[in-house]
Amino acid sequence: MQARRDQDFFWEGIDRGELLAQQCDECGQLRHPPQPMCAACGSNKWHGVRLSGEGTILANIESVHPTRRDEEPRCVCLVELPEGLRMVSSVLDPENAENGVPVKFEITEYDGQLLPMVRTAGGGQ
Amino acid sequence: MSAAGQTAITGLGQTAYTKESGRTVMSLCAEASMKAIEDAGLERGDIDGLISFTMDTNADHDLQSSLGLPMVRFTARAPFGGEGAYATFQLAAAAIESGQANNVLIFRAFNERSEARFGQPTYNAGSRRDFHKSLGLVTPGQVYAMWHKPFLDARGMTSEDLGRLVVQMRAWAANNPAAWFYGRPITLEDHQRSRWIVKPVLRLYDFCQETDGGVAFVVSRLDKARESGRPVVRVLGVQQAWPLGESMMYNYYKKNLVFPEDTVHVAKALWAQTGLSPAKIDVSTIYDNFSPSIPISYEGYGLCKPGEVRDAIRAGELGPGGSTPVNTNGGLIGEAYLHGLNNAAECVRQMRGTSPNQIEGAKIALCAGRQCGMVLARE
Repeated sequence: MQARRDQDFFWEGIDRGELLAQQCDECGQLRHPPQPMCAACGSNKWHGVRLSGEGTILANIESVHPTRRDEEPRCVCLVELPEGLRMVSSVLDPENAENGVPVKFEITEYDGQLLPMVRTAGGGQ
Repeated sequence: MSAAGQTAITGLGQTAYTKESGRTVMSLCAEASMKAIEDAGLERGDIDGLISFTMDTNADHDLQSSLGLPMVRFTARAPFGGEGAYATFQLAAAAIESGQANNVLIFRAFNERSEARFGQPTYNAGSRRDFHKSLGLVTPGQVYAMWHKPFLDARGMTSEDLGRLVVQMRAWAANNPAAWFYGRPITLEDHQRSRWIVKPVLRLYDFCQETDGGVAFVVSRLDKARESGRPVVRVLGVQQAWPLGESMMYNYYKKNLVFPEDTVHVAKALWAQTGLSPAKIDVSTIYDNFSPSIPISYEGYGLCKPGEVRDAIRAGELGPGGSTPVNTNGGLIGEAYLHGLNNAAECVRQMRGTSPNQIEGAKIALCAGRQCGMVLARE
């Protein structure tokens, strides 16, 4: 049997349209990125919980793939979540990406894979 | 807290730093190692310990075989490399001060430019999804710039301020014959004209010089080093600190993005171990894979007050003629990227009085990384 990885639940959630984080069964602490044990209490029992899907941009940079220079650069951002976690994401409307701007997660296909990307609150669709 | 160190760096060896060595990595490693042993005035039979860090690919026993070391009794690896590279000297001190080794060889060699470039993308279409690469952080420059940015923003530092810093690093390199940028100083305008690699943080000249080469050191018992009659560079203190939540590369999840907690803890432990303070440091090297690494650690080690690094850079304090000379070899940006250990080599040269940019009368050197640091003293 192939070993199940700690982050598999997250990507299974993304494929179902859900943004998840790990929550400790014992003490309730949320954590991201995934790891097998709760750093707060030491329990290795956990479950996935749905996040609000909201957040705020803390920083953003332009990412050019070194071997795919002809493609549009991606705007990669660090997002502070109201649940007290942070996630790295990329911005669907880079022209609005600024520090402190509120964003909402939109699960979006990139390179044939579904990813947790964000759009700014004023960005519309 | 352990007492001031009882070890000395007795040997230093390095290969030429190139962009294409045309040789195996073990060939580079063995050359640097043998030069370090000879520089220490030792025989191969005197070396009984081998230390590197986990990212080095030279197997201890292959190196032993190439060098013909008759007996090795101690081996160890410090985590990763880079910002943690100087932890190797703490492992060497632990081995020697506990009587488990007498002369430890520290080595690092790679064909980082011609064979296995760190700067190449680590993610391509079809790779398994993850939390960083899939979202667009595919090179080290991007990975680091994402958490450099909050610090730079908090300090009001712009690309021009990084340019002022790089001008100072390149001024040192311009006078170092071993440096890639020997004889090639730049102006702020040159820096600002260099192309963006990771907008709006890193331009081309903010990057270190990916390099092929090797560097090695011999660390010995202090009492034996003193008896040898050769130059003694004492390892006065060496410390690591890895506070929970800090990460060497993906440093996005710690509580305070702007506070270099790891570095502050390393510095505090170093001053406690050595009885020194930042004001006693005559010359420093600071790990500079990218230019923003310098201001973060400069503040973290207390070389200025928190929040004042921009002023120090604008006043030219880190360059030639400055009050706190940093990376007098040109650093990883100006000399070569030997994963941090060429900066340790420069500290050794400063303490021996043999740097191409020798600081007059320098007696104490700080070799700084984010998660480890070392203080050397000239005897």
